[in-house]
Amino acid sequence: MSELKLMKGNEALAEAAIRAGVDAYFGYPITPQTELIEYLMNEQTEKRTGMVCLQAESEIAAINMVYGAASTGKKVFTSSSSPGISLKQEGISYLAGAELPAVIVNVVRGGPGLGTIQPSQADYFQSVKGGGHGDYKLYVLAPSSVQEMSDFVEDAFDIAFKYRAPVLILSDGLIGQMMEKVKLKPQKKRRTDEEVIKECGSWATTGKTKNRERNIITSLDLQSEKMEARVHRLMKKYEQMEKEDLRFEKIQCDDAEYLIVAYGSSARISQKAVEMARAKGIKVGLLRPITLFPFPKKQLFKLADQVKGMLSVELNAGQMVEDVRLSVEFKVPVEHFGRTGGIIHTPEEILEALEQKIINNGTIRHHKTRESSIL
Amino acid sequence: MTEEIIIAGFGGQGVLSMGKILAYSGIMQDEEVSWMPSYGPEMRGGTANVTVILSDEKISSPYLKVFDTAIILNQQSMDKFEESVKPGGVLVYDPNGITHHPTRTDIEIFQIEGNKLAVKMGNKQIFNMVVMGAFLKIKPIVKLENVLAGLKKSLPERYHHLIPLNKEALKIGMDNVTPFKVANQVAHN
Repeated sequence: MSELKLMKGNEALAEAAIRAGVDAYFGYPITPQTELIEYLMNEQTEKRTGMVCLQAESEIAAINMVYGAASTGKKVFTSSSSPGISLKQEGISYLAGAELPAVIVNVVRGGPGLGTIQPSQADYFQSVKGGGHGDYKLYVLAPSSVQEMSDFVEDAFDIAFKYRAPVLILSDGLIGQMMEKVKLKPQKKRRTDEEVIKECGSWATTGKTKNRERNIITSLDLQSEKMEARVHRLMKKYEQMEKEDLRFEKIQCDDAEYLIVAYGSSARISQKAVEMARAKGIKVGLLRPITLFPFPKKQLFKLADQVKGMLSVELNAGQMVEDVRLSVEFKVPVEHFGRTGGIIHTPEEILEALEQKIINNGTIRHHKTRESSIL
Repeated sequence: MTEEIIIAGFGGQGVLSMGKILAYSGIMQDEEVSWMPSYGPEMRGGTANVTVILSDEKISSPYLKVFDTAIILNQQSMDKFEESVKPGGVLVYDPNGITHHPTRTDIEIFQIEGNKLAVKMGNKQIFNMVVMGAFLKIKPIVKLENVLAGLKKSLPERYHHLIPLNKEALKIGMDNVTPFKVANQVAHN
C-alpha cells in the first residue's frame, strides 16, 4: 500500500532513501539542501532501519566516506548543493575510476562561487561534462516534481549497481524546497551481509572469503595498457547507458511547430508556457530530458525535421543549449532563454522569449549575429 | 477547477503555514496541490510569500506571475502583489498596518480585520486562520471539514487540542470579511 503525504522535495528524497533500504548517508548541511540531512537525522534512521546517517566534518570527508562504504557493496549516498558538490568532484572522479556504485544528490543553487541560495540550473556543465578529472561520465537524473524526488532514489541505486558507477540526481532549490503530494513506496528491508556478498562479492571488499582472489578497490593503474582498458570499459558502460537507460518525456510534441527543451524545474514552468501558447493557437511542444546523460540526441535530431525552431529554457546563462545544438546538427535554429542569480523565469517570460527569439525571428536571424541570450 | 493563490506578509505571520494548511486541505479532497515558498534572506525578518495551487488537473508550473487570488498581510506585499492579481480575480487583505490601500477596479477586493479579531479571541497566533476563513468565505474551494482533517493530519498530536480553536477562528473570519470599495478619486490616481 502506498502512502500519500505533503512533503518538500528534499524531505521526500530523504524518506524515499530510508524506504529504499539504503545503508548509509554521509553529508554536510548547505542551503537549499539542508532539509534532506535534517529529515534523516530527525527520523533517527539507525533506529528505523539501521541506516547510518552521519554529518561529516566537510563535504570532502563525506564523499570519501561514500567511497569507503561503497567499496563494501553497501547502498550509500551523499547530498549537497552547488559549492559543496564542487568540493566533492575529486571523490566523484575516484568513484567513477574505481567503478563504485553510489548516489550523489545536488540541490542546485546559483553560482559561481558562493553565489546565492536561490534555485538555479547552472551546474549542468559540471554534471554532464565531467566536473572531476579524467574520462568519465555520470548517469544524471533530473527530477521535475516532488514525486520524482522520491521515485528517482531507487532508480538511481538500480542504475548505480547495474553499472557499478556513480549516479547523480540533479535537482534544484525550487524542486527541493517546494511541497507537493507524494506517494511513498513501502519500506524495503536493507540487504543482509549475506545478500551483499552474494550480489557484490565478485568485486566488493566484503571481508576475507575462501576460494577467491582478493578484491582490490582502486582507480590507479600505472600500466598504460591496463589503464586504457579501464577507460574503454567505462566507455562501454556509457554506451550501454545510452542504449538501455535513456529517459525523456515528450509533451504535446506530435503536432508541434516549435519546441521547448527543458529539464527539472524549468520543464515545469515551460509546460505552463506551452499551455499558454496553445491557448493562443501556437503549436508548441516540450521535450523534457529526464536523464541529462544519456541525452535524447536522436529524439531531438528527429524533431528537428518537424519543428521550425527550438528554445532551450534553463535557469542559467546557456549550457544545455550547446547539447541541443549538437543534437540537431544545426538543422533548425536553436536559442537559449534563462534567468540567473536565483531569479526564476515566469511562464510569461518563456513564451515571450519563444516568440521573440524563435517564432518572429525566423527570417531575419541569418543576417544577425547571435545576441546574448540572457535577459 | 484550478485556483492559483499567492499569500504574502511578514515572516512569522503564519504565511507559509496558512499555505500548507490550504494545500493539505486540497489533498483531503483528492486534488493536486503545490506549495512554493520564497525562501532565503526574505524569510529572515523580511517579507515571506508562498504560491499555492489547488487543481483537479496535474499542475504544470508551481511558480507564477499572475494569480486568481492574492492574500496580502502587509504593505510591502501589497506594493508587490496588487498588480499580480488576474483581472476579475480576488484580493483579500488585512487593513492593519496598511497605509496605501489597493486601487484596482478590475478585481474584487475584500478586507478582513484578522489581527484585531485574533487579539479579541485572545490568541494572536490564530490570525492566519481568521484570514484563511475570510478567503474561504469568498472562494469556498475547500470544505471546512477538509480543512479540519488537513489540520489533524499536518499538526503533531500534541497540538490537536487546538483544532477547535482553529475552527472557531475560521468561522470568525468567514463572518467578518467585508467587500472593499475603491474610492473614485483614489482609483483615478
